[in-house]
Amino acid sequence: MVNLTINNMKASAPEGATILEAARDLGVHIPTLCHLNLHDIKMVNRVGTCRVCMVEVEGRRNLLPACSTLATEGMVIRTNTSRAIRARRTIVELLLSNHPKECLTCERNQNCELQSLAAEMGIREIKYEGPRLKSKKDTSSYSIVRNSEKCVLCRRCETMCNEVQTVGVYSAIHRGFETVIGPAFDLPMIDTACTFCGQCVSVCPTGALTETDDSADVWAAISNPDLFVIAQTAPAVRVALGESFGMPVGSQVTGKMAAALRKMGFDRVLDTDFAADLTIMEEANEFLHRVTHGGRLPILTSCCPAWVKFFEHQFPDLLDIPSTCKSPHEMFGAVAKTYLAKKLGIQPEKMVIVSIMPCLAKKFEAKREELAGKEAGSDVDYVLSTRELARMIREAGINFNALADEEFDSIMGESTGASVIFGTTGGVIEAVVRSAAVWLDKDNPNPPIDFKQLRGIEGIREAEVKIADKTLRIAIAHGLGNARALLTDIRDGKAHYDAIEIMACPSGCVGGGGQPYHGNNIEVLKKRAAAIYKEDEEKTIRRSHENKEVQAIYEDFLGEPYGEIAHELLHTHYRKRDLL
Amino acid sequence: MSGVSQTRIALRNCGVIDPESINDYIATDGYDALAKAIFTLTPDDVVDIVKKSGLRGRGGAGFPTGIKWETAKKSQSDVKYVLCNADEGDPGAFMDRSVLEGDPHSVLEAMALCGYAIGASQGIIYVRAEYPLAVKRLQIAIDQATDLGLLGENILGSSFSFSLRLYFGAGAFVCGEETSLMNSVQGGRGEPRIKPPFPAVAGLWNKPTNINNVETYANIAPIIRNGWEWFRKFGTEKSPGTKVFALAGKVNNVGLVEVPMGTPLRSIIEGIGGGIRNGRRYKAVQTGGPSGGCIPAEHLDTPIDYESLISLGSMMGSGGMIVMDEDDCMVNIAKFYLTFTAEESCGKCTPCRIGNKRLLEILDRITEGEGTDNDLEELDILGNIIKDTALCGLGQSSPNPAISTLRFFRDEYTAHVKDKRCPAGSCKKLIGFKILADKCTGCTVCARNCPANCISGSIKKVHVIDQEKCIKCGACLEKCRFKAIVRG
Repeated sequence: MVNLTINNMKASAPEGATILEAARDLGVHIPTLCHLNLHDIKMVNRVGTCRVCMVEVEGRRNLLPACSTLATEGMVIRTNTSRAIRARRTIVELLLSNHPKECLTCERNQNCELQSLAAEMGIREIKYEGPRLKSKKDTSSYSIVRNSEKCVLCRRCETMCNEVQTVGVYSAIHRGFETVIGPAFDLPMIDTACTFCGQCVSVCPTGALTETDDSADVWAAISNPDLFVIAQTAPAVRVALGESFGMPVGSQVTGKMAAALRKMGFDRVLDTDFAADLTIMEEANEFLHRVTHGGRLPILTSCCPAWVKFFEHQFPDLLDIPSTCKSPHEMFGAVAKTYLAKKLGIQPEKMVIVSIMPCLAKKFEAKREELAGKEAGSDVDYVLSTRELARMIREAGINFNALADEEFDSIMGESTGASVIFGTTGGVIEAVVRSAAVWLDKDNPNPPIDFKQLRGIEGIREAEVKIADKTLRIAIAHGLGNARALLTDIRDGKAHYDAIEIMACPSGCVGGGGQPYHGNNIEVLKKRAAAIYKEDEEKTIRRSHENKEVQAIYEDFLGEPYGEIAHELLHTHYRKRDLL
Repeated sequence: MSGVSQTRIALRNCGVIDPESINDYIATDGYDALAKAIFTLTPDDVVDIVKKSGLRGRGGAGFPTGIKWETAKKSQSDVKYVLCNADEGDPGAFMDRSVLEGDPHSVLEAMALCGYAIGASQGIIYVRAEYPLAVKRLQIAIDQATDLGLLGENILGSSFSFSLRLYFGAGAFVCGEETSLMNSVQGGRGEPRIKPPFPAVAGLWNKPTNINNVETYANIAPIIRNGWEWFRKFGTEKSPGTKVFALAGKVNNVGLVEVPMGTPLRSIIEGIGGGIRNGRRYKAVQTGGPSGGCIPAEHLDTPIDYESLISLGSMMGSGGMIVMDEDDCMVNIAKFYLTFTAEESCGKCTPCRIGNKRLLEILDRITEGEGTDNDLEELDILGNIIKDTALCGLGQSSPNPAISTLRFFRDEYTAHVKDKRCPAGSCKKLIGFKILADKCTGCTVCARNCPANCISGSIKKVHVIDQEKCIKCGACLEKCRFKAIVRG
């Protein structure tokens, strides 16, 4: 411990703590902007670039950044002198002088860290107005919009992309006043190795990085009487959407969400969870096929489109190990436009599938050529993020909090607990194991259902699951940096597993790039994950293969799991992509 | 009238030996200090001598070299590095270039000595690619020294090994800042890091690294050879030794000078420099490169050392010294330097990226005649906040030219703002020319030389300048033989 004085108060801080941390422990607030410490997912942005947290330290000529200066023995710090306050205020004024002050029309209005800072400091005029940086918006990708004019160069996106996700798309380019953060050579995002995981959007303090807004197209489809518009919702959406309406973090709003979607005018409100159960049927059978036919192991999950694009760029030599299963919402689209269309007597080309996802990469995924629909257009026509859905609900004047719970429509609305847990890290593999435990141990009258050894927040987890006389060696990674480490070990022959689950976003889909902003608080993700497991426990059916509607679709339409029709509709292939 | 003598330590061999011949260097006691250190001194002895010599970094901030070496020595690590900052970027400064081109072995020997002292076996010279002759001679020197066993494995048959290689800078001024330089060597963007940790603890590739600039290293071998007591005979108590300055601007004799620390500015400018050209009056000397300050006549007797220059709002920097006379507008000078630093800012921190731009806009307004009293106030406030909050040495010193000229030449600023007048007659928007009717002979020379065709009048009649069309080039004033044209 080191002893120091902050604003005439004695304080002590652990060795290695920053002035900011020592002050916080003492209840002294120092404003920050670029600083971000999401310790649990190893995202620490301690670059000291914004200079908002400047404080006075006795014996030092200049002010020092509290976020990146270590507290040392005997340090005498003052955070609230007129010199420090004036400097901090000037820094924010300078940032504002180069910021398009379009708060009224900005996506981050009322949810912007720069805006909050200006309010906190009571800034009423900007003394140093001058020309602003001019930069063209990058709308090249289907997922992420990059508006450098709103960038404060906090470098969080860069740290997230380079250090946590190890994708390395962002860096500073140009110099001086012209400096912006962007891909090398200022390439459009669509031409980079970006996975569109959207974690950069999750940590951006301003509106510099946002999702591509597809809400107008969806409204247009809904209001077109010739079209039959179906909504499907991913598991992680139902435990986060409530936050956008002021409900406590971790609220389960499945019923309200279904009601809201119906009020918005969707013709059918269905569940991606149904397709998650379908995924388990396919993936488990693919796994068994590989085992019995000497195929390559481990099998890697392929539900996460950011992860898929990541391995296409980064591990093009390993394209044969991921499962060929499409992601659940794509499976949903494929069977909706065939099986469901036929059942409902609707022409597939008049059917519009809208996926509500916690994810920005799904927007890109929906446009992949490989996922063009068999019958009409793409498997999925539009993808909306949780944030976009919240905006649309508000826009439609729906009092979300007052809605009575409603059920999903049928068919393709039934789901099991196994599909719900797809929304958090470890969930997909646990869902696989739940069914495997029944299939591989047919004599066991009470096969286990909870595999808690597969749950948790650690970036890379491994476990051995014993079922009858077999042992499944399982690994789980979330966050692409962790995925890279695991894949590298597999490529080098250092790791041997049977099955691996990988999710690009830290914590899995609950922490997806399209979710309501977590406000730089990882506890939010943990509470969402807890809500997921609660939703699972509340389900009467908790194994995918026991889903009645899933059993029916195989009987009526698909035939055998991993069979011919399933192959055509539910499986895909991958392609090598360059790094640049 | 140069009654002031120069003392050459860093430049001792420049122009004296053939820089492409290691034998020439050896003949002037070259590599003697290295041999002495390896065979008669412990690493601690070497650090101790450098510490006691009081040598301070010649690249800018004047940090005691011995303390840097001691810290790097104490840092425990499997690998350590010795770096040489040869990214001389100040406009008009070429002292490091002279050493590299004229005496490259002096830098090599010093880096090997440093490697011996701190326990490093690898060194890198970060040299700007714009110095092709320096690059060529450094490579020749490295090859020669390696061939003779003065660099490489088991130097002079001892157990000490030290190898050197070159790394080329790509032209960014900020890469002269030590941590930016290290990022650049690592293949990253030239951006400063947060200190601490200091390079001596975690530098290149996060390993303990000693970094000094060329001139600092050029002092090392003589100190080891002659002892610290010898070195302390030169200069002042707090700033021992000599300093090389690149004297430029409006003095009669320009070029490199090496004088003991503590020499008054006047001795350099009026003595060695031979006073101001064309009989004009001295106005200021700008020291310390683009981030230094301007020192007026009343402080000409200040002895040059690190502290006194800082107290005058300037700095030693790498030793640029640009002399200005009464025709130089101090507001314009400040604008000139700030334009340079604002362009060279890496853009990492807010005050340097946006603050310097806004500061420059204020200076722009003043020189355009659109400045207000408030601008003068804000220039000072914003300038000081940038100094107080910027991340690295570049930003922390970039407002110096503006702040120091405002401090010492406030009248000139006021004239721009209040009277819309540039006393030096240099800010184009604020000057005008008129023809005195009683002196004009109607010779037509002015009209014929006016590039804008804005002077009218017939032969032997008084001529008139059309102020609307005048581009304020001053050609008429220069050509008039009757002193009939004046500013105003």
